[in-house]
Amino acid sequence: MDAPIIRINDLSKSFGKLTVLNGLSFDVMKGEKLALIGPSGSGKTTILRILMTLENISGGRIEVCGEPLFHMHRNGQDVPADEAHLHKMRRHIGMVFQHFNLFPHKTVLQNITLAPTLTKGEKRIDAEKRARELLDMVGLADKADYMPVQLSGGQKQRVAIARALALSPEIMLFDEVTSALDPELVEEVLQVMQRLAVETDMTMLLVTHEMGFAREFADRVLFFDQGRIVEAGPPEQIFQAPQEERTRTFLRKIIASRHGM
Amino acid sequence: MEWDWEFTYSILPLLLQGLKITVLATILGAIVAASLGLVFALMRRSPNRLLSRTTGFFVEFIRGTPLLVQLYFIFYILPDIGLRLSPLTAGVVGMGLHYATYFSEVYRGGIEAVPRGQWEAAKATNLTIRQTWVNIILPQAIPPMIPAMANYLLAMFKETPLLSAITVMEMMSQARSIANSNYRYIEPMTLVGVFFLIVSIISVFGLRWLERRYGRQGR
Amino acid sequence: MGDWAGYLTLILAGTWVTIKLTVMGCAVALVVAFIAGLGRVSRHATLRWLSTGYIEFFRGTSIFVQLFWIYYVLPLIGVSMTPMQAGVMALGLNVGAYGAEVVRGAILAVPRDQYEACIATNLTRYQRMRHVILPQALPLMLPTFGNNAIELLKATSVVSLISLADMTFQAQVVRSQTGNTIVPFVTILILYFILSSLISFGMRYLERRASRGAEGVR
Repeated sequence: MDAPIIRINDLSKSFGKLTVLNGLSFDVMKGEKLALIGPSGSGKTTILRILMTLENISGGRIEVCGEPLFHMHRNGQDVPADEAHLHKMRRHIGMVFQHFNLFPHKTVLQNITLAPTLTKGEKRIDAEKRARELLDMVGLADKADYMPVQLSGGQKQRVAIARALALSPEIMLFDEVTSALDPELVEEVLQVMQRLAVETDMTMLLVTHEMGFAREFADRVLFFDQGRIVEAGPPEQIFQAPQEERTRTFLRKIIASRHGM
Repeated sequence: MEWDWEFTYSILPLLLQGLKITVLATILGAIVAASLGLVFALMRRSPNRLLSRTTGFFVEFIRGTPLLVQLYFIFYILPDIGLRLSPLTAGVVGMGLHYATYFSEVYRGGIEAVPRGQWEAAKATNLTIRQTWVNIILPQAIPPMIPAMANYLLAMFKETPLLSAITVMEMMSQARSIANSNYRYIEPMTLVGVFFLIVSIISVFGLRWLERRYGRQGR
Repeated sequence: MGDWAGYLTLILAGTWVTIKLTVMGCAVALVVAFIAGLGRVSRHATLRWLSTGYIEFFRGTSIFVQLFWIYYVLPLIGVSMTPMQAGVMALGLNVGAYGAEVVRGAILAVPRDQYEACIATNLTRYQRMRHVILPQALPLMLPTFGNNAIELLKATSVVSLISLADMTFQAQVVRSQTGNTIVPFVTILILYFILSSLISFGMRYLERRASRGAEGVR
């Protein structure tokens, strides 16, 4: 944990007239496990989507692994990145989606091996060997030849995690990965993520509404509201002694809703 | 061969006369198709299985065979059984019958798209069958059908050149007879194409408007 | 009665021409539909415009006019074709324009999620289309492609008007030689219906196979 692997500087993003992020800056250290929390519409998911280059930025600058993400140097000048540059930069980053986004026409195994064979030129046999190891790790070794429709939500999400890991990214983005799951399936996914957090030195960014998990998982928590960081700090501070009124209000509401009030 | 503008101007009146017949045939054909289509749709919904099955087969048969052959059939056969129709009437009947099968699918789709809950709600509020159709089902079923119907109207317009095969003097017949008597194909054929293109392009905008207006309505 | 056998042979020869026209027309239509359909969703504005122009032109003018134009006008600028070639060309280009809209619609119907998953797994644009989008779009295209093929079969009858000896043409020949309308025309109506039923059965078979792949019972 020495150099920042992600540097976000004065980032802004708007959709038409709606400003979602406004002058946002923060760094993420290599190997850090970062949780992004906050009310819906606070811009936390947008940050992950921007890092995955699913959205363009409206202003500011992002560096990933020491290189600008949306800019590139050409003839000594900073110009907007082209597809080739984005393609190169995406090698550093993997993402797991709220709705899994598995490829429905491919088997579980093919879902995992497709990208490594196509984008990294891995041999099929190697890609499959690695895929089976990953499936074993997420506890789905026996489901390799199933189609996604045959799986439960929790199983789908574990396959999605394996698919992202197969590309060996340095940074993993988890976007509300348990929000679309039935309550009884949440735990199996969280366990896999917890194991990843403990056993690997991957940098991980997590957007979640599972406060209990964020607390266990994260080295640092950022609380967002209206496109800005309201409060940042270690989980003990954010969850036990929040400094800001808005953080306290948010946490109170979350706890109240969890207890079904 | 060069394009001859003078010749072009000289044949315009004849072609426009043909266009009138084309439009007339389209409109009359569409009226037949829309009415007959509704009859087919209702017959297919009939609880009498013999009636609904027979209608279903008839509709499939008409849809599965070429309009041109059906036109010949009507044009040549009806006189044999003593029914003398003018070419235009035969053409309108033929096109109307052919497209009635397409319209009946539109009606069917539109009626089936009204949620079951609406029928149940009508029953729960004690409406009669007639009241249910008039006040509940049709007002919801018809607007979404309008773009599809307009689409078939346009399709019928583009099929009218087939009527030239049974000697209806619509635009294409005029063009062919001009071409044959003057040995010049390029101007009449191109002009007919241009007329169709103009009408189609205008219709595309009309269709888009209809789709916005009626296409997706929140329930 | 012996004559009727001869007339039937005539009509069956016409049937063969109709089948050839349908198969070759469909092949041309399929190729053109994919080229223009992919062009419609291309990032290059020029390609989009070219495809849109082609589609609107061929959907906007009637098949009949196109056929006559190709057969009678193109030779005047030096492009001569046999009636068969002109027929295949007109049918293929006309139905291809409708097919292109089907291809476009199916591609756009693949959920955005899938594009995002492709970006997240770093597939290139070509790889996205080839391995993820098209395989999912294809089953969506099949039902409408089936209808298009039937429309193409029905449209083949138009080539009889440029003296290509298809089924409709032969029925006319039989009618003028025998003075009987009912027999030849009922015969070809039934034959057309059999052919269109074959197409729809074939398509339904393909649909079942395709959907089995996506639903996946292994």
